[in-house]
Amino acid sequence: MDIFKLIGAIMLLGGSLSLLVAAIGMLKMPDVYNRVQVATKASTFGAIFSFLGLAIIKFEHWFTGENWLGRVIILIIFIYITNPVSSHVLMRAAYFMRFPLSKLTKTDVLRDDTNSNLLKEPKNE
Amino acid sequence: MKAKNLIVSFSVLMIAWLLLNWTLDPLIVAIGIGLSLLISVLFCSKCTVFEGIKLGPKAFAYTFVYILVFIRELIKANMDVTKRVLTPGLNIEPGIVKIKTNLKSKMARLILANSITLTPGTFTIHVEGEYFYIHWISTEAVDIEEATQKIANTFENILKELYE
Repeated sequence: MDIFKLIGAIMLLGGSLSLLVAAIGMLKMPDVYNRVQVATKASTFGAIFSFLGLAIIKFEHWFTGENWLGRVIILIIFIYITNPVSSHVLMRAAYFMRFPLSKLTKTDVLRDDTNSNLLKEPKNE
Repeated sequence: MKAKNLIVSFSVLMIAWLLLNWTLDPLIVAIGIGLSLLISVLFCSKCTVFEGIKLGPKAFAYTFVYILVFIRELIKANMDVTKRVLTPGLNIEPGIVKIKTNLKSKMARLILANSITLTPGTFTIHVEGEYFYIHWISTEAVDIEEATQKIANTFENILKELYE
């Protein structure tokens, strides 16, 4: 089953390229919000793609023999649930600690709403 | 709504068990059924997590529609990010906009916020009732209705079929 190993290796390479893009984006983007944004998307995709590649490398037969597909599906579900939530908490904490937005920012409706008391700002303690 | 809670939590646990073991050996399946029943009766006979979920063939079909649309959006998001990172110069126009959702159930709102975070250029910063505050890397619309149309509508229409 060498063809599976080849396809899986290519997918692993694609996943790591996506992680590389995340790393370059972290260096390039101007403020914390854009950095988190780029890092979350590229790293989620990179992790999911690498896991799929791993499943294809380890594929021998659907039911007899070694098969990591089920475990990989569970890993992907956990990554899908936890990765956006953790990044969201990071970004929200940064926002309410008043990390500066980059000068390129066009509009900030959230600051307008907290200033006009439409919503209460959580206290950072 | 006790029976629905039990059915949903039992099937989630059972699917996880079968995926982890990846076998249809009768002994393993029997142990899985026993454990899943025990856990769902002990912990989820009164839980509110699965409140608004819809059961039935239509909801089942829309789950697959959701997964396909999500994969498409994830790939689009990554092409977008790669383009922005690898082209020289900063071609971004970030901004924070507000959108409004019609979904009532908490779980549906969580899934919508997660999906928005993983789709091209958008990121949920804060959730206040039915309003989401979105950090948008290329602000195309500031108005609430226009932004909702552009950001949330694809997923909202699918999630309406899955949750009440």
